Amino acid sequence: MAESFPIEASGLNHFFGEGEARKQAIFDLNLNIERGSLTILMGPSGSGKTTVLTLMGCLREVQDGSVRLLGQELNGANEAQLVSLRRRLGFIFQAHNLHESLTAAQNVLMGLQVHGNANPAKQRAAADHVLDLVGLADRRTYLPGNLSGGQKQRVAVARALVSNPDIVFADEPTAALDKESGHTVVQMLKTLGQTRQTTTVMVTHDNRILEMADRIITLEDGRVVSDRVPKTTP
Amino acid sequence: MSRLLTYLFGRLPIGWLQLSHNKARLVAAVSGVSFATLLVFMQLGIMGALNSSTVAPYGLLSADIVISSEEGNTLTDAGEIARARMFQALGVPGVADATPLYIGNLPFTLDNGSTVSLLSFGFDVSQPEFVSPSIAASFASLTIENTVILDRDTRGMPASVIDALMAGGRYEFEANGNTLVAVGTMNIGGGFLADGMLAMSDQTFLRSFPARTSSAPNHILLNVDDGVSVDTVVERLRDALPSANVKVLAADASAQADLDFMSSERPTGIIFGFGVFMGILVGLVIVYQVLSTDVADHLGEYATFKAMGYGQPFFLGIVFEEAIVLAVFGFIPGLIVSIGLYAGLRAVTGLPVEMDASRAILVFLGTLTACTISGAIATRRLAAADPADLF
Repeated sequence: MAESFPIEASGLNHFFGEGEARKQAIFDLNLNIERGSLTILMGPSGSGKTTVLTLMGCLREVQDGSVRLLGQELNGANEAQLVSLRRRLGFIFQAHNLHESLTAAQNVLMGLQVHGNANPAKQRAAADHVLDLVGLADRRTYLPGNLSGGQKQRVAVARALVSNPDIVFADEPTAALDKESGHTVVQMLKTLGQTRQTTTVMVTHDNRILEMADRIITLEDGRVVSDRVPKTTP
Repeated sequence: MSRLLTYLFGRLPIGWLQLSHNKARLVAAVSGVSFATLLVFMQLGIMGALNSSTVAPYGLLSADIVISSEEGNTLTDAGEIARARMFQALGVPGVADATPLYIGNLPFTLDNGSTVSLLSFGFDVSQPEFVSPSIAASFASLTIENTVILDRDTRGMPASVIDALMAGGRYEFEANGNTLVAVGTMNIGGGFLADGMLAMSDQTFLRSFPARTSSAPNHILLNVDDGVSVDTVVERLRDALPSANVKVLAADASAQADLDFMSSERPTGIIFGFGVFMGILVGLVIVYQVLSTDVADHLGEYATFKAMGYGQPFFLGIVFEEAIVLAVFGFIPGLIVSIGLYAGLRAVTGLPVEMDASRAILVFLGTLTACTISGAIATRRLAAADPADLF
């Protein structure tokens, strides 16, 4: 299975609510995502794209069908398996979700310490290095309250990337950013895919970044309605 | 601080950083814990003073066994016992010697018109081996009719009188229609029992308390022969004496029985016990309130950490870290203020309110336990941190 896809979903259905109010959100989804690719999930709100993202990211329990993430079946996986799987993922949220009491560097460090802390000095160096990459070398000791929205989002990106995740899940990472910062963030994710074979799945409405994707999947009412490669792929 | 904790925990001290980030909450929480600690210290301090008051008179004595009337409550709140028991007891093998002890409350009117009561001990002054050496030295002077030794801490007694006595002077006063002469001082510290204490000969005692007779003392003190077990002699005495109206106890067991009586049967002990309970409850509620609010405020961050792969032990660690920080930071000011208030209480009331190391350690461990329990309850809110809500 060495050549398998990092994410394989087949026959995936998902429901919200109970009894009379039970409503199906995802219908028989089949999706394989290639290693090292940047995939964008699009669709109107309520189309189920975020649900797909949380199902693939081990954040929501798989009810029906199968999701194989990095070779591990998520349907029926126990909490310990999910936790250890999550440690191989990176998450970037629409809201940056930085811890307000921790400095930029400490927030990034949290992305590493989840793997233990045998070598604190090395971890600090790694955290500083990633902050350099996102252009925040001079903001290491700033608390999130003293950073701009774009800077906070870049810290969140650094936190997601610092542990070299196999897969990065991003939910509207550029929504709070201006065009240039948004472009920088996505370019970083794309470069990462090319150099480290990191797979990125991103939910976005942002038309400004579509041309950077390797693949664009559009959902509507819980079904895939279009799966295409953007015209202007470099 | 942060660096020290990082070293201790082997990870970022998130609990500490979280608490110290919100200074107002930290101050409120720490003062709450300090206040609860203070409450507990004050209750324990007064309870400790009550206890040491209760057993203070035992410090006057040097006896192995105390025989008392079954109807008495404590050493100083005792019934009367027939002196004939003393002669019976002397016949029991292992008993070396015996002496009667008379105890009574002598009302005394101070120069300012207020009446105080002096707890008076009447000893057989020909047997100084039954009292502690500090009093025994004065027994020679007590053989003179109507002479007494006065407690240094007698409430309302002018300091000049005590100073004069300690310098070798005399102080003449009238009590119960009898003129007494204080010829020395002693230091017992029985603040709760009476306003002051007197030691005197049994003859002076009987003259001061005309209603009492020499044939009915309050206690009989015994010493056992060298090399004989006190417990063995206590058993023999219980067999030899009628059990219906006499209790025989080793001196330390008698002191313990007095303590038990004061803490469980007298309202004072129950009141202070209740005070301690209330203090602990206040602390628990404050810490719970602070920690659970703190957890609720950080649910978003915790959910993010969960998504990143942090498990439940990590979050419990944060909450317990906060609980320990609050315990330590709350205890220290509580302890310092308590030591100050103890000194104030001692100065104002003359009660033996003392801070001892064992009490400080006990209260610290209690604070730690209470904070940890509060933390454990507060962690129930962690379940609400659901990473799926983040998107």
